Amino acid sequence: MATVELLFSALPEHVRTARLVAAAVARRAGVDEAVLDEVRLAVGEACTRAVGLHMSHGVDAPVRVALIEDEKKFSIEVGDDAPHPRASGAVSGAGVPPVGAEPSENGHGPAESEGGALPPGARGTAPGQSAAEEDEGDGEMGLAVISGLVDDVEVSADENGGVIRMSWPTAPEPVLP
Amino acid sequence: MDLSLSTRTVGDRTIVEVGGEIDVYTAPKLREQLVELVNDGSYHLVVDMEHVDFLDSTGLGVLVGGLKRVRAHEGSLRLVCNQERILKIFRITGLTKVFPIHTSVDEAVAATD
Repeated sequence: MATVELLFSALPEHVRTARLVAAAVARRAGVDEAVLDEVRLAVGEACTRAVGLHMSHGVDAPVRVALIEDEKKFSIEVGDDAPHPRASGAVSGAGVPPVGAEPSENGHGPAESEGGALPPGARGTAPGQSAAEEDEGDGEMGLAVISGLVDDVEVSADENGGVIRMSWPTAPEPVLP
Repeated sequence: MDLSLSTRTVGDRTIVEVGGEIDVYTAPKLREQLVELVNDGSYHLVVDMEHVDFLDSTGLGVLVGGLKRVRAHEGSLRLVCNQERILKIFRITGLTKVFPIHTSVDEAVAATD
């Protein structure tokens, strides 16, 4: 079981809560202070994307965040229940190369590009947003930011939902005299 | 922490001072502010981000949208930011090449290139 698990309704106002909780648990797990800003940003991006997917697909289920403290690393998994179309290719977004986003080998099939051939912003647009706002679409830029920030990241998805897994090294326990 | 917004004019420039956190929840308020300014004829904007504590891709998207709007009127959108953690987000998304980023409001107001 995860060290801390968080479920929240897929609403934008709760993403900040997820950031705060993730940063607090990461700090406790021994993630370097200098990296906490990255953890905060990355988990926020992953949750923002999940919220957008749930809203655009009318999914009532909550967004899931698992914060996992291991011996040498701290991991975060952000899961959504939105149906992802079958697609090929790795993570793509806003022209940023998919750093560390390799196809998964865990039975979830290849890591899928959420947008497929669609341009950034064409997906993840919540109901009520006008077409004029699509030029400011954030769905794929979020993945691009995660890819640029986190060395160890994996994106997997199928028709039942998707998961973004990220991890950071933790500082070794101080040696006591 | 919510988003705070205030505007003032210096010559033909409109300074938008932003404070707090710009994320998926608060970014729509910034978008509304930028849209309103452009609709009211303010086409040379300086967004002062010195008091921004957090910025994510949603906020970047709003800034890009603002840039597109002012450019449609031959305008400009300049940013003021000295915070490394905020600048990093612009760097990893390649947006440092898109936005003129200044170290002070005075510098942004004086800039003409």
